[in-house]
Amino acid sequence: MTPSTAPLSLYWLPPAGDFSGEIAAARDAADDAETLFRRLVALAGRRLDFTQTLRLDRLLIASRDRLPARAPRLRLALAGNATLEQLAPGIRVGALRRGLLVDTLVAPFGQWRQQILDPGSALYDFKPDAIALLLDAHALLPELPLSASAQDAAAAVETAVDDVAQSWRTAQDHAQAAIIQLVPWLDEPPVLGHLEHRVPAARGALWTRLTVGLTEAAAAAGVALLDLRAASRAVGTQQLSDPALWYHAKQSIAPAAASWIGDHVARILGALRGLSKKVLVLDLDNTLWGGTIGDDGLDGIVLGQGSGPGEAYAGFQRYAKRLAERGILLAVSSKNEPAIVHAAFERHPEMVLRRRDFAAMEIGWGDKPQALRRIAKDLALGLDSLVFVDDNPAERELVRRTLPAVAVPELPEAPELYARCLADAGYYETVAFTGDDTKRTAHYAANRERRQMQSAATDIESFLRDLRMTLSVGPFGAADVPRIAQLINKTNQFNLTTRRYTEAEVGALMQDPGVVTLAARLADRFGDNGLTTVIIGRKLDDGEEPVLDIDSWLMSCRILGRRVEHAMLTVIAEKAGAAGARRLIGHYRPTPRNGIVRSLYAELGFTPVAGDEGSGETAWALSLGTAPLPPTDHVSIVHNG
Amino acid sequence: MVQPEIYDALTQILREIFDDPTLRAAPEMSAKDVPEWDSFNHINIIVAAEQRFGVKFRTAEIDGLRNVGDFAELIAAKRQAA
Repeated sequence: MTPSTAPLSLYWLPPAGDFSGEIAAARDAADDAETLFRRLVALAGRRLDFTQTLRLDRLLIASRDRLPARAPRLRLALAGNATLEQLAPGIRVGALRRGLLVDTLVAPFGQWRQQILDPGSALYDFKPDAIALLLDAHALLPELPLSASAQDAAAAVETAVDDVAQSWRTAQDHAQAAIIQLVPWLDEPPVLGHLEHRVPAARGALWTRLTVGLTEAAAAAGVALLDLRAASRAVGTQQLSDPALWYHAKQSIAPAAASWIGDHVARILGALRGLSKKVLVLDLDNTLWGGTIGDDGLDGIVLGQGSGPGEAYAGFQRYAKRLAERGILLAVSSKNEPAIVHAAFERHPEMVLRRRDFAAMEIGWGDKPQALRRIAKDLALGLDSLVFVDDNPAERELVRRTLPAVAVPELPEAPELYARCLADAGYYETVAFTGDDTKRTAHYAANRERRQMQSAATDIESFLRDLRMTLSVGPFGAADVPRIAQLINKTNQFNLTTRRYTEAEVGALMQDPGVVTLAARLADRFGDNGLTTVIIGRKLDDGEEPVLDIDSWLMSCRILGRRVEHAMLTVIAEKAGAAGARRLIGHYRPTPRNGIVRSLYAELGFTPVAGDEGSGETAWALSLGTAPLPPTDHVSIVHNG
Repeated sequence: MVQPEIYDALTQILREIFDDPTLRAAPEMSAKDVPEWDSFNHINIIVAAEQRFGVKFRTAEIDGLRNVGDFAELIAAKRQAA
């Protein structure tokens, strides 16, 4: 039987298997917190139908208090004009699939406006980290006579968009929450057929104008989009809307589609929490081309013009190349002779991807889990950043069993469906796209050159000196806010407190006179690494004397191991002194990913002042002016602003 | 005539939705017999049955349901028509 590739079935996930048995086992086992969490996340990673999703959600809710404190959590408020309760289990299970625990609040039916406007509403009492505004086309489209002019139609849509944007601003004023706005599909049948988009006041034309207006307004307001325009077309809007249940119970989203839409919402939540994937690891034979290069030879593989499958493999390579362009790192894991593969990438005339497109290559006869571990290590990323694409079901199964953190799509058998499968799975969702993203592969290539230089250098001091680093540092600038928010939300390793802030919150920090912000770019002889370091300090008085409390300190893994932290310490110490502080206070809040900075403050000369046995949190202090600072002669510091 | 396997499947659905292995679908059973049978779970039962039996209910059909017996007869009629 050929498996379905209908998106609503979540076909990229492996089959549910003995779901009932495993649900019962998870419920009855006396697991410790970590084992239970792993078990639930693994179950959420299966292809679950409507009822299975409800059952897993029920178990998840019943297990809430037994799950590890370190698991990331998020509070999500759902507000909309229709019945939304059926969506909540799909969202919670979709988030669990990403290792994220979500608590939801569904605003009372028909009251989204009151809930947003009233600062004392249940929605704000819930203290949401994110508010999803799920207004469907029924709620958003203005009512106009079909004879209305283009100007009137444009004005009516603008009013409707302004109205929604005003709700965002109100919500941003009342809550420290990321706002997520649904860009809905249109489920009303057309009255003008093929002319529906040519008549300005027709519902279809109004809807097109409205979706464009919402998208632009959201970009201006720093609001995330749950943009289901394209995806709903691929699925079929009649599958997403259930007219019987709309008229029966005001369900504007078909409950049967709840797992799929829930997964889409969870992608946005995951992106807000830095849980999106970052790397695409590709097998070669029968994944990037047809045939086995070791047997068939360079001229024997199926790739490019001359055959349908050859064109399809080339099409998949083009898709991978576009992913690389948007900042996804490509890597290879293949069981082959390296020389044969390198020759293919260099010499095959139809090859779209070339060696320079890959940030890492593991070609050899070892097993794939080992290769994936090396790739993650090489790129200084966690295994949970990887997506592994392989046509071979046995390899996929081995990786799923050995490395459950790696996402492994259930690839369709036909190469023409590979790209669609990756897109449907939504691994690489992001809430911002910056100029830095397009340069990522080049950054990693430059890193490889730096490492080669490092192995040539006899000692670390001369290596760092030879890099000729320049650190440009200053307070947050308005133009850098999207990149700063992206770093704050994506950085997991060199991140002392892992506090996440939305763009709106970053903007508020910039205005706050009690806050000191620092953003830094690092350049060296191999190129510009871009904006890669952020510090947020708060001026406090700890009862004894004024201090600067380091709320957040994070650095992209791209520039680790270069003692940039020493330079940043001298800068923040200087700024703290200028702000009247007598001491710097630093905090370390442990997560599964930030072990590398556990002893950072100790290494920088801070003394411990507090520690919490249970949470593992520690606090540190450094007296300004008296304690010696580490040397920074390996980097020249340029102040801007 | 409602085939027994329809009641068996409905029993399975009710047990899964309410997480209660003691439930058994019976003609006279209705929402008032199960404490958790609210409007949320009512929709869940309808959608689960649509998926299990491969049918699609009309809004008039959903509005007319009084008890599990009505539901089973509706499913039987829809399956016969399909």
